[in-house]
Amino acid sequence: MGDAVPSSEPLLRLSKITKVYTRGDLAVPALRGLDLQIDSGEFVAVMGPSGSGKSTLMNLIGCLDRPTSGSYFLQGRDVAQLDRDALAQVRLRTLGFVFQGFNLLSRTTALENVELPLLYAGMRSMERAERARESLARVGLAERAGHTPNQLSGGQQQRVAIARALVTKPMMLLADEPTGNLDSRTSLEVMALLQELNAEGLTVLLVTHEPDIAAFAGRLLLVKDGRLRADERRPPHSAKQALAEWRDTEEEDR
Amino acid sequence: MMFLMALRLALRSLLRNRMRSALTALGVIIGVAALLVTVVLGEGTRKMVAAQIATMGSAIIMIVPGASAQGGFMGGTGSGRPLQRDDVEAILQARAVRYVVPVDRTVAQVVSSNLNWQTPVLGTTTDYAALRDWPVARGRFFTAAENESAAKVCVLGHTVTQNLFGDSDPVGQQVRVKQMPCEIIGVLAPKGQSAMGSDQDDILILPSVTLRTRVLNQNRQYVSTIMVAATSEDDLAQAESEVVSILRQRHKLTDDQENDFTVRNLAELVQTQQKIVETQTGMLRNVAAVSLLVGGIGIMNIMLVSVTERTREIGIRLAIGARERDILLQFLVEAVVLSVLGGLLGTGLGALAATLFSKLGGGMPVDFSPFWMVLGFGVSVAIGVLFGFYPARKAARLDPIDALRYE
Ligand SMILES: Nc1ncnc2c1ncn2[C@@H]1O[C@H](COP(=O)(O)OP(=O)(O)OP(=O)(O)O)[C@@H](O)[C@H]1O
Ligand SMILES: [Mg+2]
Repeated sequence: MGDAVPSSEPLLRLSKITKVYTRGDLAVPALRGLDLQIDSGEFVAVMGPSGSGKSTLMNLIGCLDRPTSGSYFLQGRDVAQLDRDALAQVRLRTLGFVFQGFNLLSRTTALENVELPLLYAGMRSMERAERARESLARVGLAERAGHTPNQLSGGQQQRVAIARALVTKPMMLLADEPTGNLDSRTSLEVMALLQELNAEGLTVLLVTHEPDIAAFAGRLLLVKDGRLRADERRPPHSAKQALAEWRDTEEEDR
Repeated sequence: MMFLMALRLALRSLLRNRMRSALTALGVIIGVAALLVTVVLGEGTRKMVAAQIATMGSAIIMIVPGASAQGGFMGGTGSGRPLQRDDVEAILQARAVRYVVPVDRTVAQVVSSNLNWQTPVLGTTTDYAALRDWPVARGRFFTAAENESAAKVCVLGHTVTQNLFGDSDPVGQQVRVKQMPCEIIGVLAPKGQSAMGSDQDDILILPSVTLRTRVLNQNRQYVSTIMVAATSEDDLAQAESEVVSILRQRHKLTDDQENDFTVRNLAELVQTQQKIVETQTGMLRNVAAVSLLVGGIGIMNIMLVSVTERTREIGIRLAIGARERDILLQFLVEAVVLSVLGGLLGTGLGALAATLFSKLGGGMPVDFSPFWMVLGFGVSVAIGVLFGFYPARKAARLDPIDALRYE
C-alpha cells in the first residue's frame, strides 16, 4: 500500500513530544516527553491504563491535534505545527482512521460512506464508486454496498469503516480500540483482516485494552502517565489461526 | 463538482426534516411574496401614472383663485381677488407660454330628441383642444368668433355621444343643455380615465361666453380656473414663474404679501397621487423587510441547531480529511437551498397576490417580467448566504477531536 519510505528514514518519528490540556486554570499533562519511531510495514499495539495518554498519542500521530512541544516527522516531513487545512490534507492522503464507535454516517449507505474521503480528494463520481466498491470487496462486504449502518452488524460496520480508511490507499491505519465494541469472535475477524492488510504492506497502529488483541501485533508499546514505559518486539499470534480454532471449538459444542 | 455534491447533501438533509424546513422557510416565503407584490404594484402604478401624464399633457399648469391652503385653513379658495378674464389675455404674453384658456365648470342635464344624460359641462375657448392635445374625431371645435358671439354650439366627449346617440353621427344634430338648445358641431376622440380615475370622455364643451351668459346666466368677468400650456415640458418651471409674476403684478401684490392665487401643475398633482399609492405599498415593503429579517434569523437559528445535532457527523468528515471550506460549503449551501426554496414559493405566492390585488384594486397593469423572478431568487440567495454564513463557519471551525467525542 502506498509508496515505500527510504529504509534509512522511519515512517514516523516522534521526539520529546508533550501534550498539555488546559481546562481553565488547570493544566493537565497528557503526554510528558515521548520518543517513538515506527517503520513502514510494522503492526504496533499500544496498551496502558485508562487515562495514560493512549488516545492523545493516537490523535497526535493521526494529525487530528498538534503537540504542545516536540517534533513529529511523518515520511520525513515535519507535521507538528502544520495549519488545520494542511493537517486535513495529511489525514486525507496519508492516514486512515478506525474508531471504537465505528463513526459511520447514519442513513447513508456503506458505499457512500466509503466514497466520502474520495469526495474530499476531488475524485470524479464514476471513479469514486469504482474505488469504493473495490475497497468494500477487499473487506468482504461487496454485496452490502447499498446497506445503511443500522442494517449492518457491529463487525460489518467496523469492516465498512476499515474499507473507508483504506479507500485512499493510505500509508498507515490508526485504530483506537477498534474491537472495543465487538464480541470476541467478531474481534478476531477484524484482527484477521488487519493482519492481512499488514501483510500486504500497510502499517497498522492500534490501541487496545485486551492483551489477547495486542498479541496479534508484532510490537507492543506500553504507555503510562504520558511516557513510553516499554517497547518490545515479539512474534505475533495469527488471528486467522485463532479464528479457525474458535470455529473448531464451536463445532465441538454442537 | 463539490458544489453539486453539497447541493445533494443539502436537499437530503432538508428533506429529512420536512416540517422543520417548511416552517423555517415560511419567513422567506412571506418576505419574498410581499416584496414582489410591492415591486410589481409599485411599477404598475408608475406605468399607469406615466400613461396618464401622457394623456393629460405634462406641460400643463392650472391656476385657481385663493392662496394655497397648505398648513391650515388660511385663505381658502374664493378669498382674495378672483381670477379675471383679462388675466387670461395677460398670461398669454408670457414667453414660455403657448396656450391659455379659461375653464368654468358646471353639471347639467343634456337632452337629445329622446334621451337625456347628466354630464359635466365645461366652458372654455378655442385653444382648449390644442392645449389638452385632444383631437376632434368628427366635425370641428368652435372658433374664437363663435365664443365672442356666444354661439349656441357644443362639442361632445365620447361617452356622452355614446349615451345620447349610440353609434350614429351626432354632428349637426341638436341637444338641449339645461334650457338652451345648441347644435353639435364636433365630437372629441376618446381619452380615457384621468389620474384621479374619472372618465374624461364624459363631458360637453361650450364656448366660455355661451356657458356664462346662456347657461349660468351670469355676467361677471370671473374665471374659476385658468389652464396654461408651457411651450415645452422643459419650460414648465419658467412658465410657472412667469405666470406668478404676471398675476402678482396684475393683482398689485407687494413683496411681503402672499399669492392670492394658487398655481399647480398637473404633473405634480399626478405625483401626489402616486405618492399615496407608494405610501400604501411602502407599508407592504416594511412587511417584506421584517419578514425577510425574521426569515433570515429563523434560518440562522435552525442551521445552528442543525450544526449542533450533526456535530459528530462534522467530526467524522473532518477526521477523514474534509477541509474547513468543504464543511463551510456544505452548510452554507444548505442554508441557501432552504432560503431559495422559500424564495421560489414566495415568488409564486407574490405573483398570485399581485394579480389578485390588481384585479380588486382598479386594474393597474401587472407585468411579470423575468426580472421580478430574478429579484425573488437573488434576494433569497442573499438571505441564505447572509444568515447561513455564521452557522456554517461555526461548523467549519469545530475541533475534530471534540466533534468526534460529542454525544
Ligand atoms: N480534551 C481534553 N481536555 C482536558 N484533558 C484531557 C482531554 N483529553 C484528554 N485529557 C486528559 O488527558 C489524559 C489522557 O487522556 P487519554 O484520552 O489520552 O487517555 P487514554 O489512555 O486514551 O485512556 P482510555 O484508555 O480510558 O481511553 C487524561 O488524564 C485525560 O483526562
Ligand atoms: Mg482512549
